[in-house]
Amino acid sequence: MLSAVRQRLLILPKSLLGSTYQANSYATEATFKTSPYKLHLLETGPSTEVTMTRDEGLQYYRQMQVIRRMETVAGNLYKAKAIRGFCHLYSGQEAVCTGMEAAITKEDAVITAYRAHGWTYVRGVSVHGVLAELTGRATGCTQGKGGSMHMYAKNFYGGNGIVGAQVPLGAGIAFALKYQKKNNVCLALYGDGAANQGQLFEAFNMSQLWKLPVIYICENNGYGMGTSAERASANTAYYKRGDYIPGIWVDGMDVLAVREATRFAKDYVLKNGPILIETATYRYSGHSMSDPGTSYRTREEIESVRGKRDPIFNLKEKLLSSGFSTEQDLKNIESDVRKEVDEASEKAKTDPELPLEELYNHIIVDPPSDMRVRGCDVTISAPTKG
Amino acid sequence: MAACRGKSLLTQQAWRFFQRNFSQTTPVAAQLTVRDALNAAIDEEIKRDPRVFLMGEEVAHYDGAYKVSKNLWKKHGDGRIIDTPITEMGFAGLAVGAAMAGLRPICEFMTFNFSMQAIDQVINSAAKTYYMSAGMVPVPIVFRGPNGSAVGVAAQHSQCFAAWYGHCPGLKVISPWSAEDCKGLLKSAIRDPNPVVFLENEVMYGQPFEMSEEAMSENFLLPIGKAKIERAGNHITLVAHSRLVGVCLDAAKELAGMGVECEVINMRTIRPMDEETIVKSVMKTNHLVTVEGGWPQFGVGAEICARIMEGPSFNYLDAPILRVTGADVPMPYAKTLEDNANPQAGNIIRSVKKSLNIK
Repeated sequence: MLSAVRQRLLILPKSLLGSTYQANSYATEATFKTSPYKLHLLETGPSTEVTMTRDEGLQYYRQMQVIRRMETVAGNLYKAKAIRGFCHLYSGQEAVCTGMEAAITKEDAVITAYRAHGWTYVRGVSVHGVLAELTGRATGCTQGKGGSMHMYAKNFYGGNGIVGAQVPLGAGIAFALKYQKKNNVCLALYGDGAANQGQLFEAFNMSQLWKLPVIYICENNGYGMGTSAERASANTAYYKRGDYIPGIWVDGMDVLAVREATRFAKDYVLKNGPILIETATYRYSGHSMSDPGTSYRTREEIESVRGKRDPIFNLKEKLLSSGFSTEQDLKNIESDVRKEVDEASEKAKTDPELPLEELYNHIIVDPPSDMRVRGCDVTISAPTKG
Repeated sequence: MAACRGKSLLTQQAWRFFQRNFSQTTPVAAQLTVRDALNAAIDEEIKRDPRVFLMGEEVAHYDGAYKVSKNLWKKHGDGRIIDTPITEMGFAGLAVGAAMAGLRPICEFMTFNFSMQAIDQVINSAAKTYYMSAGMVPVPIVFRGPNGSAVGVAAQHSQCFAAWYGHCPGLKVISPWSAEDCKGLLKSAIRDPNPVVFLENEVMYGQPFEMSEEAMSENFLLPIGKAKIERAGNHITLVAHSRLVGVCLDAAKELAGMGVECEVINMRTIRPMDEETIVKSVMKTNHLVTVEGGWPQFGVGAEICARIMEGPSFNYLDAPILRVTGADVPMPYAKTLEDNANPQAGNIIRSVKKSLNIK
């Protein structure tokens, strides 16, 4: 796996390693071999030889640990009835959002479906912003109005709850980027379940006709709710399902492969129009909190993925074998992450909810000053603000 | 010079001559069809704001299925007038995404019947995102196209969606009648920072209306959410939208011959509804008949009835409110049946007489 390591003496910043840091000798950059790709309508694909710096490696490790811990805490908050309604956890899929975010800029756009916590975090919302949204607090990233499925940030268009509907929206965001002559792309994500929705193919068609800068990403975690990919799709090679749109299959548990495929894709779509990436990944949790996730798959299957393919473990091995860090360094990161997420969780449990008058705000932009909104009975006629 | 669009060069020159020589003495009242008024509104707003573009089936090369976008592609080109494949859910979603990312799309449905293919994008994506994002993601888009019963096209191509879209918070819903309505309200809709459903009427496209000089101007806007009293009267209020406003005026004329003076209110906007204008009129006339082309159940008239019941004018009523609506059936093809599924002046006159207890 490790093909080259350059070493140099480093004094580690405290922020990276926590309280027990010490001067040490670490490698600063190394070259790695990614998992192989599969290609559709492409003669050459992303490189399998990639370089990662130590800083990048530790950043990815930290991000993935944050998401893993955040989702564990979200699951606990849900069981404690602090989170309501739907709650879809991203555990197992961390390498996808982490690797993709590493390959784009904050001026590029992202839109995804309802399994949005990890994406919201890598797009710039704090752990507290995500968890407080889940607990429905005013400090949540959408003030408790959106909840688990509807989180937004700059150039992050949610968090969309209707399976597949976000894909034409993503094509439209790409349309706007091209119309405004921006040199940016839109990542439009969907799952293997959504991959059979008709509107995806409508979006594929128009984006190919108009050469829109959109990267379609099928996060194939194996199951659309409880229906396995094989039981739902006549063709499970999702990277080929764009037909005339070139596709790349990538190991979604390898953050470097995901990053490299996304870099390749961004470069490709800015020159040629859309591309499709299938990331082979896995969700450890059930579909949502009401699903134990064991009636349609075996515990052995889940344990096998955890043992052999886990994206965090995968990166950890690279960090250790390349001389980027020691076991202790990584433990320090883990304990820092645990502290950060636990603090955010405490705050998310105790922050206030929005005041009641906010119920009637944000219905429309710039409402007329005399506009009133009807409440549940005739005695309630509330003012509204945009 | 919007009135000259589509006419020959000779006609345009004649028009300029006419305007130059006579407009200072008497204000010129131009005749403009609903179609040309809509065309002028789109043309002017595309010129005014580089973010505005028109997207839909056959809007460019074909000049629009109903010729509303005639000549716009030739004028503004591929970048601004965009033909889509027949793929309503896809292009409606694409247009909504473009609005989220800062553009001002005008999304044409060839008819609103086909918007059912895309209603999820209108309701769940366009109408709700601003609220769900706590104000972070506005969706400034206009969905427009012909709505309401057409002629001889049977059930799937003949129905009114005012009540469907009027139901949903987050949307503005406009249902214009005259050429003036169409021009002023479509321009306002395009400039509005919210998702607006703009329900035109297929049967009205060719209908000419008098246009004031003011209405012909590029700066002419009508406020969304305000109704217009088209005819003042003291005996009974008729509230209608779209084509039925004209039918109400016909009925009012006939009733005037019997000594009944109707007040005819053109709703113009379905949501937000101008309740105040209706309430004031009911307080004056003490009688109300609602008139619409859509089905009766949970319709526009039903909503007005509920608002009057709950509001300050209920005690002013001297008779129950009556509704004139489309018949509660899918639209039939055969002419006699179709005629009886659509409200006519006779239905209005009968209802007015019943309300006023005239035998």
